[in-house]
Amino acid sequence: MSAVEQSFKNFMSWIDDRLPVTEAYEKHLAKYYAPKNLNIWYYFGIFSFVVLANQLLTGIWLTMSYVPTGEGAFASVEYIMRDVEYGWMLRYMHSTGASAFFVVVYLHMFRGLLYGSYQKPRELIWILGMLVYVALMAEGFFGYLLPWGNMSFWGAQVIVSLASAIPLVGEDLAIWVRGDFNMSGVTLNRFFALHVVLVPLFLLVLVVLHVLALHEVGSNNPDGVDIKKTTDETGKPLDGVPFHPYFTLGKLPGIIVFLFLFCAVMFFYPDGGGYLIEHPNYEPADPLKTPELIAPVWYYTPFYSMLRAATFPLLGLDAKFWGLVVMAGAIVIPFVLPWLDKSPVKSMRYKGLASKIMLGLFVISFFILGYLGTVHPTPLRTLLAQVCTAIYFAYFLLMPWYTSVEKTKPVPERVVL
Amino acid sequence: MKRLGLLILVSFITHSSQAADSGFPLYDMTPDLTDQSSLQRGAQTYMNYCLGCHSLQYQRYKRTADDIGIPESLMLEYLVFDPNTKIGDLIENSISDENSKNWFGAVPPDLTLYSQLKGGPEYLYTYLLTFYEDASRPLGANNLVYENVGMPHALMELQGVQQKVCKEIPKLAANGGQMMDALSQSYITEEVCGMELVERGYSPLQLVENTGRLSPEAYEQVVYDLTNFIYYVGDPSRLDRERTGVFVLIFLAFFFVPAYLLAREYKKEIH
Amino acid sequence: MTDNSVNPGRRNFLLGATAAVGAGGVAGLAVPFVGSWTPSAKALAAGAPIKVDVSRLLPGQILGPIPAWRDKPIFVIRRSEEMLARLSEKPERLADPMSDREQQPAYAKNETRSIRPEIVVLVGLCTHLSCSPKYRPAIEPQTFDAEWVGGFYCPCHGSKFDLAGRVYEGVPAPSNLEVPPHFYESENVVVIGEDEGVA
Repeated sequence: MSAVEQSFKNFMSWIDDRLPVTEAYEKHLAKYYAPKNLNIWYYFGIFSFVVLANQLLTGIWLTMSYVPTGEGAFASVEYIMRDVEYGWMLRYMHSTGASAFFVVVYLHMFRGLLYGSYQKPRELIWILGMLVYVALMAEGFFGYLLPWGNMSFWGAQVIVSLASAIPLVGEDLAIWVRGDFNMSGVTLNRFFALHVVLVPLFLLVLVVLHVLALHEVGSNNPDGVDIKKTTDETGKPLDGVPFHPYFTLGKLPGIIVFLFLFCAVMFFYPDGGGYLIEHPNYEPADPLKTPELIAPVWYYTPFYSMLRAATFPLLGLDAKFWGLVVMAGAIVIPFVLPWLDKSPVKSMRYKGLASKIMLGLFVISFFILGYLGTVHPTPLRTLLAQVCTAIYFAYFLLMPWYTSVEKTKPVPERVVL
Repeated sequence: MKRLGLLILVSFITHSSQAADSGFPLYDMTPDLTDQSSLQRGAQTYMNYCLGCHSLQYQRYKRTADDIGIPESLMLEYLVFDPNTKIGDLIENSISDENSKNWFGAVPPDLTLYSQLKGGPEYLYTYLLTFYEDASRPLGANNLVYENVGMPHALMELQGVQQKVCKEIPKLAANGGQMMDALSQSYITEEVCGMELVERGYSPLQLVENTGRLSPEAYEQVVYDLTNFIYYVGDPSRLDRERTGVFVLIFLAFFFVPAYLLAREYKKEIH
Repeated sequence: MTDNSVNPGRRNFLLGATAAVGAGGVAGLAVPFVGSWTPSAKALAAGAPIKVDVSRLLPGQILGPIPAWRDKPIFVIRRSEEMLARLSEKPERLADPMSDREQQPAYAKNETRSIRPEIVVLVGLCTHLSCSPKYRPAIEPQTFDAEWVGGFYCPCHGSKFDLAGRVYEGVPAPSNLEVPPHFYESENVVVIGEDEGVA
């Protein structure tokens, strides 16, 4: 052993006595065994880390030139786009990143549904992940107001007004949230603070907990086989390989492909034909002029459709209230998913036909709802939205029934490569 | 995955608007940011005819001059009319909101981001070609794209006066062809007006001869250049962005090669 | 690791290549983040040359500090005959009496550090740590200098400059006050921030 190596070893043991760096490295990277059979669906967790890093960095840089006031916000975004060196790049990285975040998170969540990653013993991972998702929705919502364009203004107006649907306290609650009787610079200021400080703090803590919980029980895999059951004489799982270097380096090409797609959108279609940056947002917020069509950004549209799908009063409460209940219910219900799934198997590979059909219908109705949220409602579209909302809820509420009666296939002992 | 891709594709197609709110179909307009002389002519038209009312308050003279290839001194000499304006200033005007509200009934919008606001340059291009005489309007002008517009036809001295007319056009047969008189071998025509003319592929406007300084073709070129310029101002870093984008994508493709070979080395060990 | 197909040489080469290209990528990614800290077009526009009318500036008076060129405080002073005469006294008290260091354009490299002897244009920032010095024209003993003959005194760290902005010996400031590029557009108008004939 050379002198350099020896002194490095001494240095590390000095550190390790005081801070368990080596232990953490081994637990989470070098000796964290991930299943060998992870497929393409297992990329999206890593992609969300990439996007998270991008959002944090570009976000911090944007605050350096952004002015969070009703008078200055819109102009400061154009200042960033035109006057700040590379400002356009930082801004587009952030705005494209917001959409990319939801793309990868939705696909990551779908993976969970597909392979039963929420099932025992991974209930907490799922719940923490859902909290990350809700925090992300809040983050996106607060952030969308900041450019102070007309769609920012009216989009936030509509969502904040949702609070007024709550009986008795609603109206006062909406005023309290806005800090004013209508959306104003005061609202912008507090949304700015929430977007750049409070919600990101929550988000980071939740992400860390999500990963810690994952590393406690280990990754699921497309077969839903517990790799810890089959180990060699030293206790290493036979069907697992250390996360580092096999996954860190092994997933690098995938990350590059993702970056390629991301950059292709960011450099060539940054406003995504009006989906990533909506056209009415190219004029400053105007409290006197509602845009022709108020559509939230695409990642909220499924829930927005469900909100609009409630069109009739019930039990003496008006449709507005039920819309809020339906939307909130749609966001809350996935939290209890681990206890709704009664199937003896995890992966869709071994589940029965009913589960497959329901998941398929669920995904299709989620897409349809997403599309409907971007267009004007018509009677036919509202009916379609109601049907899809029913399917969305049926997927969850009927799950205890269809997962327990369907015939499942036998799960192999070892993973299938 | 395929479903996702298809749905995104379909929704993009249905999202792009081909007609104005008035229902008038927009003309095609393909901007060309590499055509600097077009942008320069557009800038000239803008400064002379538009800036009086419509500012470009987020864009600077210097950036504009540098991007579209006008030397800064020439810009200051020929395109900046206020002697106190410096080259680094924003392109603003001195008209007050109050005055313009009195004169036009509305504050003329800032045009920096107008082409993006309208989802592309086609709206503006069509709008500038479809002004017509309308005595019922306070300023005597109306527009096919923007009904009951408050703005007068600022380029009328160039284009001339257009009038909304009814036209004699060939009658359509049941099979969709044009009806012809068997005896005289000429088309049987009918008088058609308004939106029906548009639907049949005719313009409902007619130019009054010798009222404008330019020929219709020359005027279209002026409008093209002007729209092209406003499109440039909307996102001045576009060319730069696309150039950088090509470079970045090539780099990532290049980076993929060693990363892929390396990953394959490690994958060999996983059985 | 006992697998025969592992070729350490090839693996190390690929590791090196990937790391090298990746490092290039990180460097490229840093460009927008680093670049965005350089002065924006707005800052550059604010740094455009300004015009100052000196016709009403009386001998001994200072115009300024005017927030002027690049938002720095600018001093414009018309010195009296008597003040000018004092500039050549006691050069041994000054660190750089002949302005040998590049703290001024060539046309201001003279004893008065100016184009016209009586009018001097200075950047009012101490060359020590950029506080703005005070103009103290009177000839009277000061707490910081019993033999004060008029000049600039920096309250932050006690640096002293004479009426041409030349730094005294034995103070923290290392060099004379900076003379910005400037020229006379006409008899009474001085353009600050630009050399003559540039634009």
